Amino acid sequence: MNKLILGRFMPGDSILHRMDPRAKLVASFYYIGIIFLARSWPAYAVLFVFTMSLVLISKIKLDFFIKGVRPLLWLILFTVLLQIFFTRGGHIYWQWGFLTLTRYGLLNGAYIFMRFVLIIFMSTLLTLTTPPLSLADAIESLLKPLKAIRFPVYEVALMLSIALRFVPTLMDETTKIMNAQRARGVDFGEGGLFKQMKAIVPILIPLFVSSFNRADDLATAMEARGYQGGEGRSKYRILKWQTMDSLAMVAMAILTVILIVLR
Amino acid sequence: MDITFKDVSYTYQPGTPFQGLGLEHVSLTIESGSYTAIIGHTGSGKSTLLQHLNALLKPTAGVVQIGDREITPETNNKNLKAIRQKVGMVFQFPESQLFEATVQKDIAFGPQNFGVPEAEAMARAIHMVELVGLPANVLEKSPFDLSGGQMRRVAIAGVLAMQPEVLVLDEPTAGLDPVGRREMMALFTRLHEEQGMTIVMVTHQMDDVANYANHVIVLENGQLAKSGTPREIFADPAWLTAKHLGLPTTTQFAQALIQKGFVFDQVPLTEHELAAMLQAQLPSKVGERRE
Repeated sequence: MNKLILGRFMPGDSILHRMDPRAKLVASFYYIGIIFLARSWPAYAVLFVFTMSLVLISKIKLDFFIKGVRPLLWLILFTVLLQIFFTRGGHIYWQWGFLTLTRYGLLNGAYIFMRFVLIIFMSTLLTLTTPPLSLADAIESLLKPLKAIRFPVYEVALMLSIALRFVPTLMDETTKIMNAQRARGVDFGEGGLFKQMKAIVPILIPLFVSSFNRADDLATAMEARGYQGGEGRSKYRILKWQTMDSLAMVAMAILTVILIVLR
Repeated sequence: MDITFKDVSYTYQPGTPFQGLGLEHVSLTIESGSYTAIIGHTGSGKSTLLQHLNALLKPTAGVVQIGDREITPETNNKNLKAIRQKVGMVFQFPESQLFEATVQKDIAFGPQNFGVPEAEAMARAIHMVELVGLPANVLEKSPFDLSGGQMRRVAIAGVLAMQPEVLVLDEPTAGLDPVGRREMMALFTRLHEEQGMTIVMVTHQMDDVANYANHVIVLENGQLAKSGTPREIFADPAWLTAKHLGLPTTTQFAQALIQKGFVFDQVPLTEHELAAMLQAQLPSKVGERRE
C-alpha cells in the first residue's frame, strides 16, 4: 500500500503547486482526453515532451513518477501484449496458432503503452501537486452549475472533503487493528482463500464499528458548532483564478491544435 | 524470557520521500521478571519500540533477541506465532480490537488462534473475566453493549487469556477514571508479583512509574536517553525537565520540602517512602522550633 503514489500529495513550491486547483483539474482531464487524439509518432513526441516539461516544472523527482507506474506495470504489460498479439493487419512478421505478430499490432501496442504512461504521469502529477482538500474545493466549484438540476452539490462536496480527510485516519486505524489482531495470533495473507477471507472479519467489524462511532461523534461536534447545512455558509478557502491558470488553458488549446495537425 | 535489543534501528518507509526515523541504534535489555516502564516525549519512538517486542515490526538494522529467537532484518514473517503467544501485547485503546458476538468468544479468540481447544479456551475466558474484575454475566453479552472501561477490561482479558510470559502495555490506563486506573494497575502488579510475569509498560504517568516499575527506559528522538532504576532516573530533576518529562508527585513535593530545609539521603518515590523519611526528621525539627 505504501508503494502506490497515485493519489498522494507532495508538499512543494512550484508553479504547478500554486495553480488554481480548478484549472489543474480541468486541464488534466482535458489532457487525458486529447491523448486519444494522437495517432502518430510526432504527436506522441509532442505529448511526451509536454508531460516531461511539466514534471520538470513541478520540481518532483522523475524516479518518483517511475515508481508510481511500477504497481500498474502488470496491467500495462497485459494490455500491451493483448494488443500486440491480437491486432490484425499490415505486414505479418510471425505467426503461431491464433497468435500473430503484425505491424499494426506492434504499433498499437506501442501507442497503448505510451497512452498508459502519459495518463498515469498526468494524473499522478495532479494529485502530487494538489492537496486533497483543494481538489474537493475544485470539484465543488466545478459542479456548481449542476445546482440548476437540483443536484446536491454542497452535500456531495462536504462528503467528499470529509471522506478525503478521513482516508489517512482510517488507514492508521486499519494498521492498528491489524497489528492488534496479529498480536492475538491472526495470520493475514496465509493459508487458503477461505482462511484468508475469515481472517479479514476481525479487521472489518472493528473498523465498521469505529467508523459508526466516529461518524456519530463528528455529527455531534458539527452540530455543536452550529452547522445547519449548506445554505448561507461563507467560505474560508477561496479559490483564485490567476494569469497562470488562463495561460494553462491557452496551452491546452494550442496543444489540441498541434495534435489535430499532426494526426 | 529476556528481550535484548542489539544496536537496533528502524526506519519507516525506507527509500521514499515519506521516510521517517523510528529508532536509532538502540541497545537495551528487558530482563525476565522485570517491571519495565518506557517513558519519553510524544513521538520519541516508544510505540515503535513496543512493536519490536513481538516482531510486529522487524528492525531495519541490528538484532532483537526475544527469548531464544533472533529477529533480524532478514527474518521471515512466517513462524512468528510462538513469539506472539509468549509476548502478549495490549495496544493503546485496545477496546477497538473487539469483534466477536459475545465477550466469551472474543476472549477465547486469542488462545484458539494458538491452537488451544475451544472448550479450554472458553473455560479460560470465564477465569479471565473474573481476573480483570468483571461480573460473570458479561460473558454472554455483546462486547459492543459494554461501557468503555468494561470493553478495555475485556480486551486486556483477551490478551491475558493467551497466557503470555511477557505482557506489553501501551498506556493501558489512558482515558480511564481514577478508580478504574487504580484497579488496572493493581491487576498488573498482581500478575507481576504472583505469576512472575514480565511487564513492559509505556506510560506518561510518572506516579505509576515510581510506584510500580523497577526498571525505566527513557527514549528521546528514537534514541535511548537513559535506562536504570526509577530512583536513578528521578534523581536528576533538571535532566528530566530538559527532556520534557515530569517528576512523580511525591518527588515534586520532596523537592519543595528540600527548599524548606529538609534533607533526604535519596529521592523518595512513593508516598510511603516519603512518610517514613519525614517521620525520621520531623521530631527533631519540631523540637528545634520549640527552643
